[in-house]
Order: sequence, then structure tokens, then C-alpha cells
Amino acid sequence: MTMATDAPKDGFRLSMLVYDTRYRSYTIQIVVLVLFALAVAWLLNNTVQNLAARGKEFNFGFLWQRAGYDIGQQLIPYNNDDNHFRALLIGLLNTIVVAIFGCIFATILGVIIGVLRLSKNWLVSRLMTIYVEMFRNVPLLLWILLSYVILSEVTPQPRDFRVTDEMVAAGEEPAASMMLFDTVAVTNRGTNIPSALFERGLGKLDLGFVSLNLDFWAILAVLAASVFINLRIIRSARATQEATGVRPVTWWKSILVLFVPVIALIVAMGFHLDIPTLQGFNFQGGILVAHSFTALLIALTLYTAAFIAEIVRAGIQAISRGQSEAAFALGLRPNRTMNLIILPQALRVIIPPLISQYLNLTKNTSLGIAVSYLDLRGTLGGITLNQTGRELECMLLMMLIYLSISLMISAVMNMYNNSVQLKAR
Amino acid sequence: MKKSVFFGALAATTLVAGLAGAATLDDVKARGELLCGSNTGLTGFGAPDASGNWAGFDVDLCRAVAAAVLGDANKVKFVPTTGETRFTALQSGEVDLLVRNSTWTSSRDSELALDFVAVNYYDGQGFMVKKDLGVSSAKELDGATVCIQTGTTTELNLADFFKQNNISYQPVTVSDDSEAQRQYLAGACDAYTTDASGLAASRATMPDAENHVILPEIISKEPLGPVVRHGDNNWGDVVRWTYYALLIAEEKGVTSANVEEVLASTTDEEVKRLLGASGDMGAKFGLDNDAFKRSIAAVGNYGEIFSRNIGEGTTINLARGLNALWTQGGLQYAPPFR
Repeated sequence: MTMATDAPKDGFRLSMLVYDTRYRSYTIQIVVLVLFALAVAWLLNNTVQNLAARGKEFNFGFLWQRAGYDIGQQLIPYNNDDNHFRALLIGLLNTIVVAIFGCIFATILGVIIGVLRLSKNWLVSRLMTIYVEMFRNVPLLLWILLSYVILSEVTPQPRDFRVTDEMVAAGEEPAASMMLFDTVAVTNRGTNIPSALFERGLGKLDLGFVSLNLDFWAILAVLAASVFINLRIIRSARATQEATGVRPVTWWKSILVLFVPVIALIVAMGFHLDIPTLQGFNFQGGILVAHSFTALLIALTLYTAAFIAEIVRAGIQAISRGQSEAAFALGLRPNRTMNLIILPQALRVIIPPLISQYLNLTKNTSLGIAVSYLDLRGTLGGITLNQTGRELECMLLMMLIYLSISLMISAVMNMYNNSVQLKAR
Repeated sequence: MKKSVFFGALAATTLVAGLAGAATLDDVKARGELLCGSNTGLTGFGAPDASGNWAGFDVDLCRAVAAAVLGDANKVKFVPTTGETRFTALQSGEVDLLVRNSTWTSSRDSELALDFVAVNYYDGQGFMVKKDLGVSSAKELDGATVCIQTGTTTELNLADFFKQNNISYQPVTVSDDSEAQRQYLAGACDAYTTDASGLAASRATMPDAENHVILPEIISKEPLGPVVRHGDNNWGDVVRWTYYALLIAEEKGVTSANVEEVLASTTDEEVKRLLGASGDMGAKFGLDNDAFKRSIAAVGNYGEIFSRNIGEGTTINLARGLNALWTQGGLQYAPPFR
């Protein structure tokens, strides 16, 4: 304080900006900031000038032009008369669906492998070590290509399923046959699975932008209600147990609440399966899960699971031995010790690095282009970009979308992380 | 103050760069090498042979331009481009000229700011299927899986064709010819569609070429030609007239073998102008007067290029068809050289 008040009051000199420690840090920061702004301005100016030199203007109007191309896998209706924005949405949904399934499967597989890697069984733990080292040390692209080639080379062609009259007369079997009671056909193009059809369905609600399948939403609503009621039942059972010491029998109530309403609804709507049948070149009816999707999903799952396994192992090993020793002393069996004592604590260590694995997986879906999977990269960053010639707009838009998806995943996972963190007491 | 000087300098630099970029002919001469955007490998049109030398129908046009501009048909650097990267490569100046089975369309001409200077091959989109599929017309392909190369006009034509005929298909979008061919051969798709010439070229490289059939339907017009950047008209003229010189040479019977004899003996004024014996036609393009003579001597006339690379008797085995000279019922027609 005395230093400050004793400071000379004979005004401010320019040299103080450099030699006076009170101002020097500000000077440096301002200079760096100005340089940075200049660099950004230079880049922007350069871009604008170059675009102008080529007679191109920067605008996103092309998104509303007719796309004109077809997409194999579409989760919402689309045809080549729709605009590029709709094609973008199809691609985005394809990205999201593979990312969601990938995250779920990779987490399940990763946790199992991570736990098994710590197994006392020598063979099991070594096998898991081999798995982890094998998958995380080979580029993901190669795994994607490998699974795709395996899927498309070892499976039969659609025409191998064909049964002709001559074959029946000669008593010959076709070269390939359908699986699971003749409902699923695996060809070298994809897996044809049955889809659900409703005779007395509720139809569709057209919102102009998207049309909602009311059957699907009705089932979802009933399921949600059932799960909610089931939770209430379990909660009241727990309250009874805490009050009286006796837990009432609830399993039959749960089954009743969870399954009966949904089954009743499905039967009421006239449920039947649309089983794929071979017509012409391909199987028609049902849902075609193309091998590009399956291969991408398998490769992403196996690859990311190897990293998640290591994260899980690190998380478990971070819990002090005293915890498991104490649990054993209380007489808990090893698997209950793992589920009740170790894993809940390990989650706190596991979740932050797990977030970045989810982000990696989501961004890695863009490698699907190698197996012709039309995700966001394939539609917006592929065909749309090529047909319209709007590289800059498409790339910026694609970066923005991937950024938003990643930030959303981060936000959700951070919320979850906060909920499992130790509460400060 | 400082800032405005900075931006002024910046604008000046950009302007200079822009001007330098506009005079492609001078750039090529100064560099001593022509950068030619080529296919990544399409037998007959543009592909490196076993020893790494590029050869093909499109490649020879690049060589003709190099011979005209630089006096040496080998002063060409071939830059392989995919369907996706080709126009960006040209726009950004990575290549001076793109000769890569590119279809001339109005949106590429206008929106992409490119100039198609000529049509060196009149093509159309076709389908190839395996013979044992028992299909004889593309209209029987209802429900088929079709392999298609992305970034091309073919995917738009395909969608239109199936819609017009009210039949459905499942697209498998692949990034280049070789991948499309692999998928097609593996049976991942029933039909493979691209320009008919490309199908013929693909089939020529297949081990069991006789088991594949190209369907009769041609579902689109695909005029393929050399492309330059929009706005550099002089360079466009050089490429265009190099190509026309090859056509006129065929029309007048001038070949790589007899060009010197013809020059010595001809009485045809147009041939004299073409070969630089009279007038100063070459100089008007900013070239030497015998520039086009060098092109013809280096790669031969259009007919020679065609029959050497893709004509009947080669593995590609394409008939002249639409690409015959106008005097023989085709569409290849050069304006008068005067």
C-alpha cells in the first residue's frame, strides 16, 4: 500500500508501457491481440478477395435448390426432388444414428473388457490385453475397410437365395437360406430384417417439415408411461421396506405394468411383421441395413471399446485397495464388490476421459465415406459440395455442425459427470 | 494510418496475384512445364503405364498442348484428380488445364466459373451388368443395386432415369472408378453406371471381360472435353485451337508420319496456315508459327489419337460413332483455320 501511494505522480510516460512492470503485461497483451486481429482480418480479406476474383459469392442459397441425387439409407423420407438441406438432414441423421449406437455398444464392450483385463484368470486377462493392443494400434480406417470387405465377401449374393421350379423338381436346396425362422436375410449388400407393420395404424401426422409416424410415438408414449409407473412401484416398495423391514413382492406387478399395455396397444393396432422376400434383384420389404452401416458400426465399436477399456481399467485401479479389502471384510462377494463399491467410485475417474472418447467416435463416423456410408460428410461434404461447387460454405457448415454435436455431447456428459462427482461437504 | 497502408499493400498483392493467375500461357512458358489435371487411372483415356509414363486419349491432348506451347510433348506434369477434386484443382491453379472425361454442363460453365473449350469425346451414360443376370435393357433394372461414382453428372442422370421410368433402385455411392469396379465385381451391386466409354475402359481391364455386357440404353448426353479457368480467354483459345488443329489435320489427311512431306508439297492454303508455312496464325495466339505442326508431329491427328488409345482393335474397342468427323457422319467439326 505504501509503495502504491508513494509512487511518483509526475505523470505517465510512453516508455513506462515497456519498462514499468505495472503496464508491461497490458502492453504485451494488447499488442498480441492486435496482431491476432490483423491475422484474422488478413485471412478473411484474402478469402473474400479470392472468392471475388473467381466470381463466387459467399451464400447458402444453394441449400434450397433441388438435390437431384438419391441416398441409400434414409431415416426420414427423402427423394431426389428434395432440396440440399433435406439431404443434409438425412446425412446428419445417419451420422447421429451410427454415433449413438457406436457410443452405447463401445461403452458396454469397453467396460466388460476393462474389467476382464483385471481378471485374476491369466488367460482371460491376457486375451483382453491382446484385444486392446490390437485394436488401438491399428488405424480405424483399416478396421472399417476390413469389416466391410469381410461382410461383403463372405456373405451370399441375393440370387443365391432364389429357388426356381427346376430346383424344386430336382430336390435341390438354394445356395443360401434366410435365418431366424426365415425372417432375416444376410446378403453381400446388407442385412434385411423384418419391419413392423400395423393394419389399423394411427397413420402419420404431417407437420410439413417432417411427418411423424404416430404408431411409433404412441408406442413410445405408452412405454414411457409404463416405465414411470414401474419406478413408482419400486419406490413405494422401497418405502415399505424401510418402514417395515419387509420388501413386498413386486416383480409380477412390474412385468404386468411394463409389458401388458404395450402388447395390448400393438395387438389393437393389428401388428404383423413385414418379412423381406426376394423379388427381382434384391430382397424387398422389411428394412435393409446396408453393410456400410454395419461395418462402420462394428469397426467404431471395437476400436473405441479398446480405448474405453483402458480408461475403465485406469479408473478401477485408481480406487485404493482398502476399499475392496473393506468390502471383502464385510463379506461381499467379488462381483458385488465390483458393482456396489468399486465401479461407482471409479466412474468419477472414468467419465472425463470417456467424454473425449465419445467425441472421437462421433467425429470418426466421417470415415464412413470410405465404405460409401452417406453421412453428413457424404451428403453435405460429398455430393452436395460436388454438385454445387460450394466448397467453402459446405466445409464451414459441416464444421459448425460437427462442433455443435460435439459441444452437445460434452454438455450432456458434463451434467452426468457433475451428478456422480463427490458432493463437497 | 499504418493499417490502411497494410490493407493497401494487401489489396495490391492480391491484385498482382490475380493478374499473374490470369495469364496462364505466360505462366506455363515461364515454368517450362504444363500442369495437366488427369484421371487417377482410366485405361485408354488417362492412366500411367507399367513404367509410369502417362498414356491415353485425354493424355495425348495435354501432350499436344505442351508441344504447341513449349515445343516438347513430354514437358507435361500429370496431376491425378478424382471426380471430387478435379474442379477445385483447376480453380485453385493447381493445374493449368483439365482433360479428364469431364462433362460440359451449364452449371459447371457458369456457377463453377470454368470454361469448356471443346468436346473431344461425345459420350453418354450407360449401364454394365453381368451377362448371367439375364438383363437386356436398363428398364428391367427395377429394384437393382447400382454402383455409381460420386461427384459426377452420372448420379443426377441416374436418379432422373429411374424416376422417369418409374422404377426404383438402391444407390451405392463410391468415390472412384477402381472402387466401383471392385464393388461391381464382388457382386455388391447389380449394375455399374458411368459414361459408356468409361464402362468400355473398365471392362477392358476385367479378367472376364466377355461375361459383362453394356446395356443398349444411353441415358444422357455426356460431351466430355478439356476445361480451363473462366476469364483467361487467350489460354482457352490456345487449348481450343490446339484441339481443332488435330481435327483439321485428320480432315486434311495430315498425320504425325507425313507432316513434313505435306508441309513441303501441299498446295492447300488452310494446311499451310495450320502448319505455319504461311500467315502468322500461331503468333496470334502468342505461340510460334509452327506450334500446331509440332502438336501434330508429336501425337498425330485426332483420328490417330483415337485409334491408338481407344479405337477398334485396342482393348477398349470403341467405334468412332458420334466422334467421327463431320465429313463421315459424326459430330467432330472444326471451324475454319484462317
